[in-house]
Amino acid sequence: MRIAGKGLIDRGTPVRFRFDGVDYSGFKGDTVASALLANGVRLMGRSFKYHRPRGVLTAGSEEPSALLEVIEDRQQTPNVRATVQEIFEGLEVKSQNRWPSLRHDLLSVNDLAAPFLSAGFYYKTFMWPRAFWEKLYEPVIRRAAGLGSLSGRHDEAAYEKAFAFCDLLVIGAGPTGLMAALTAARAGADVILADEDARMGGALLSDSGMIGGIAAPDWAAQVLAELATLPNVRLMPRTTVTGAYDNGTYGALERVGLHLPSTGDLPRECFWRIVAGRAVLATGALERPIAFENNDRPGVMLASAIRTYLNRYGVVPGKRITIFANNDHARQTARDLMAAGVKVAVIIDSRPDAALVEDCPVYAGAVVTGTRGRMALTGITVSHKGGNLHIDTDCLGLSGGWNPTLHLTCHMNGRPVWDATLAAFLPAPGAVPGLIPAGAASGVFSTQACLASGAEAAQAALQAMGHATADAALPQAEDAPYAIQPLWAVPGKGRAWLDYANDVTVKDVKLAAQENFASVEHMKRYTTQGMAPDQGKNSNVAALAVLADATGRGIPETGTTTFRPPFSPVSIAAMGAGGKAEGFAPQRFLTSHGASVERGAPMIEAGLWYRPSYFPRPGETTWRQACDREVAMVRGTVGVADVSTLGKIDIQGADAARFLDFVYTNTFSTLPVGRVRYGLMLREDGHVMDDGTTARLGENHFLMTTTTAAAGQVMRHLDFVQQAFCADWDLRTISVTENWAQFAVAGPKARALVNSVLDQPADFPFMACGAVSIHGTPARLFRISFSGEEGYEIAVPARYGEALFRDLLARAETMGGGAYGMEALNVLRIEKGFITHAEIHGRVTAFDIGLEKMISPKKDCIGKAAATRPGMLGPDRQQLVGLKAVGDAALTAGAHLFTPGAAVNRANSQGYVTSVGWSPTLGASLGLAFLQNGRARRGEMVRLVDHLRKIDLLCEVADPVFHDKEGAKLRA
Amino acid sequence: MRLNCPLCGPRDRREFYYYGSEDYLNRPAEGAAPQAWDDYLHLRDNPAGVTKDLWYHELGCASWLRVTRNTLTHEILATELVADLKREATA
Repeated sequence: MRIAGKGLIDRGTPVRFRFDGVDYSGFKGDTVASALLANGVRLMGRSFKYHRPRGVLTAGSEEPSALLEVIEDRQQTPNVRATVQEIFEGLEVKSQNRWPSLRHDLLSVNDLAAPFLSAGFYYKTFMWPRAFWEKLYEPVIRRAAGLGSLSGRHDEAAYEKAFAFCDLLVIGAGPTGLMAALTAARAGADVILADEDARMGGALLSDSGMIGGIAAPDWAAQVLAELATLPNVRLMPRTTVTGAYDNGTYGALERVGLHLPSTGDLPRECFWRIVAGRAVLATGALERPIAFENNDRPGVMLASAIRTYLNRYGVVPGKRITIFANNDHARQTARDLMAAGVKVAVIIDSRPDAALVEDCPVYAGAVVTGTRGRMALTGITVSHKGGNLHIDTDCLGLSGGWNPTLHLTCHMNGRPVWDATLAAFLPAPGAVPGLIPAGAASGVFSTQACLASGAEAAQAALQAMGHATADAALPQAEDAPYAIQPLWAVPGKGRAWLDYANDVTVKDVKLAAQENFASVEHMKRYTTQGMAPDQGKNSNVAALAVLADATGRGIPETGTTTFRPPFSPVSIAAMGAGGKAEGFAPQRFLTSHGASVERGAPMIEAGLWYRPSYFPRPGETTWRQACDREVAMVRGTVGVADVSTLGKIDIQGADAARFLDFVYTNTFSTLPVGRVRYGLMLREDGHVMDDGTTARLGENHFLMTTTTAAAGQVMRHLDFVQQAFCADWDLRTISVTENWAQFAVAGPKARALVNSVLDQPADFPFMACGAVSIHGTPARLFRISFSGEEGYEIAVPARYGEALFRDLLARAETMGGGAYGMEALNVLRIEKGFITHAEIHGRVTAFDIGLEKMISPKKDCIGKAAATRPGMLGPDRQQLVGLKAVGDAALTAGAHLFTPGAAVNRANSQGYVTSVGWSPTLGASLGLAFLQNGRARRGEMVRLVDHLRKIDLLCEVADPVFHDKEGAKLRA
Repeated sequence: MRLNCPLCGPRDRREFYYYGSEDYLNRPAEGAAPQAWDDYLHLRDNPAGVTKDLWYHELGCASWLRVTRNTLTHEILATELVADLKREATA
C-alpha cells in the first residue's frame, strides 16, 4: 500500500512491469520489491532447501529471500535481488525455485520432511551403497538443487571493463561517505564516490530526521548537487565496490544498463578496476534479524527495511505492524509508521529495562516465540512476564542490532574484532592498507557521529597523501546513543532460521556443535550457513553466537567472521568483458593478410599471428593437393611467402658484436659487414632457447632474427643479459618486428624474380645482405633460405608490405610460380632438416640437435657452463634424426618410437616424433624425431606407435637432411 | 598489485613479467665450479617475509627491476633498476 505524499519516487512517472505473468504498476524510482509490496504482493520466492514461502526480508543488496529471474528476449538472469532491480517499462521478472507455481510448489514437501533433512543429511544418508552416488543420488539431488535457471543460450549482450584512478575513493554515499567526499573534494583532491544504489544518499534516503535544519534526503541532494559541479569529483551510482586488493586497487561492478528497457549502445554492466591513493569505507551497517520459531514467513522483515519502504518508497508492507527488537534504534521505525498514520500494534523489546513510553504499547523483557500464516504472516505469539499472548499482525519488523558492513576489510586477510558493547564485529585496525573505515562501518551509529567520522577519515586520508586539507563545517544532526542487549535466538523447540537463503536453522548449528564440527569453518561447511548468494551477510554473526553458546565459549573465543570478494555477486560476463570469441586474444595481421584472404587462403593461428595455410587453386579439393603443388613450385620455379612474423631485433653500438658473442654460442664479432650468420642461443641452464640468423648491416649495427614463437622471449632475454651483465656496455637493442614486412622468395627462379623488383639488380652470394631499393624505397635484401632452394628475403618498411607482396606474386605467377603457405613451408623445411620450435621445445640441448660444435671454445656465452654438465650430452640423449616412412604410410607427430620387438610401454620409449609432412619431392612421408642415440642408428628400422590415432608402423631412421645434403642449391 | 617503475611510475602488475629471485643477477664467473652453477640456476630460498625478485616492464619501458617486497603483507618496499644496481656495483 502506498502512503500519499511520502517517498522519493517519481509519482508522475508510472511504470508497468510483470511478475510471474501478472502485470503490475509502480513508479520510477521503485525497486521490484517496493513496487510489489505497494501492490500488496508479499510472496516473492521459495527457500532453497525446504521450499518455504518467502517474502522480502531487507531493502538492500543483502537480500537473502526475494531472488528473481529477469526475463529478456535472449537472456534470463537468475538470482537477481528484488531489492536491487529497478523497475522499468516492460520489465519481466519471475519467481524461481518453485514448480508448478510460486503458490503451489510441489517440492514444498521438503518442508514436511524437514526432521530428516538436518545438517549433514546428505553426508550421512547417501553413503551407501557406494556405486549409487554417481548413478542415482547425485543426479536426483542435482535436479532438486539450485535456485534460478539460465536461458541455455549464449550471452550476446555487451559488457565492458574499465579502469579509473583517483586520490580518494569513497565507498558508500550515506552520511559518512557524502561528508568524506565533500571534505576531500573541497580540498581539491581527485575523488570518486561510488555507491551501489541507484540513488545516492544511503541511509539518509530512509531517514525522517533533519540535518542542518533541512530534511535528511534534501541535505543529501544538496551535497550531491555541489559534488556534481566539481570537476575533481566523479559520482558513480549503481556501482558496488566488490573487492579490495593489493596496493590500493579495488574492483567495482557498475550496473550500467540493467535498469533500462533497452540498453542501446550501453553495456549491461561494467567491471571497474579503481586505483586509489586512499579509500574511505563508508558502507554503513546491516541490520540483523532475530532467530525464533518460524521467523521466515512473508511479512517478517527487518525493522530498518520497513522504514526504508515507508520513507523512501512511500510503501507500508502491512496494516497492523509489530516490531521485535533488542535495541533502541528500531523505535524510530515505529515512530515513523505512526507519524504516517500506520497502526503499530505493539513493540516487543527483549530488554527488561527498555523504555516503555511510546505512542503504542511496549512489552519490555518480552520475546516473539512463534508466527502464524502459511503464505503470509497473520499473527505472532509473544512471551512476556505475564504469560503468552497472540497478537494479530501482517508485518513484523525485526531488529537484532547492527553489523558494520566491514566486508572489504576482510579481503586481505583482516580479521574483525569483537566489540561487546556494540555486540558486533568491528574492522581490524589497518586491515587493508590505505582503507579507512568510517561511520557505521566503523561502529559509530548516530547520524551526527557518522558525519564527523566521514570528515575525519577524509582529512586523515588527505594528510597521509600529503594533500592540502580544508575544514568543512559539520551540520547538526540526530545524535542518539545506541543501546543494545544481545539477543540472537529465542529459546524454543521449533525451527528458527538463521540463514534464510540456505535454510539453516539454530538447530542445525547446534547439531554441528554436537557432532563436533565446533570450529566456525567446520560449522559453516557442515550446515552450509553463509554459503548462499548473500554470503552470510544476514546470518554469520548470529550463527557464530549460537555456536559459541552451544559450545560454552564466548564469541571472541569461538572465532570471527570473515568475508572474501566479491561483496555481492559479479557476473562472469562483466569480469571477462570483451574476452569472447575474437576478443579472447589480440590478433596480429600481416601486411599481406588481405591479399592472402582474397586468394582464398585459410588463415591459421601462429601465436597471436594469422598466417596463410595454403593458397588453393581451381580444381584442388584438399589442402594436400595445394601443399604438394606449392612445394613442387618452390623446388621447380619460384615461391613467395610472408615471413614477417619472425622476430626482428635491431642491435647497435660499439659493443654490439661483443654482446652477440655473449648471447649466441657461436662468434659474431668475426662476421664481415654485409654478411649473415646462423646463430644458436641457449638458456643459462644449457638448453636451446632459440635459433635464427643475424645480419651485420654495419660495423656497429646488427639485425637479429628470431623464430616467430620465441620473439618475445628473446627480446626479454636480451634486455635481461644487457641490463644485468652488460649495463656499462655501449649497446642499444629494440624490437623492429612490426616495422618491417619481410618476404621469402625461394626457388631456382628466385634471383630473377628478386632482380625484377629491385631498382638495381643484386648479385648476392649465399649469406650476403645489404641495402637495396625498390621504386626508390630503401629496402634490405638477405640471401638466406629456409627451404633449401636458392632463397632471398626482402624487407621493406611495413607500410609498403602489401604493395610489394602483390607485386611479387603477380611477377611470380607470370614465371610459373606463386605464393606458398605454412603447410608447404613446413614440408620444405622438413625435407631440408631445418628445425623449428617443434624441435627446440625447451628440453633439448645443442648436442641433441647435433649443433654442439657451435658452442665456441674460445669465449664464454650464456648457457655454456650448463651445456657441458654430465647428462647433457652422450649416447643416452635423445638426438635429432630424420624418419622416412615405407611406401604410402603416413608418420604422425607426437607418436613414440620403439625398438622393433620391444614391448610398447612408457619405459621402452626410445623417443618421439616432432614434425611430419608428406614430401612430394621424395614421394614419402618424412618426419623429424628425437631418438635415443639416434645419430648412430641411421638406416635402422624403428617402430612408430601413436595410440591416439591408432597408428603402428615401421619406419627408417635417416639423416634429418633429406634434400640437397651438400647444399649445392642453396649456394647456386 | 602495482609496481612503481623508476622510469614510468606506478603501474599495474599486468604490465610486468615475473622472472624469479634476484639471485639471477649473480652469474658465476667463467670457469666456476659446477656447484656454483647449480646454486645459481636451481637453489632458491622460499622466504616468508621480505624477498627480492626480478620483474620486467614488458608492456612499458623494457626495464628489468629488482623489487623488494614482503610475501606476507604484499607490501612493495622498493623498486630499483637492475641496470643501475650493476653500474653501482662496478663503479
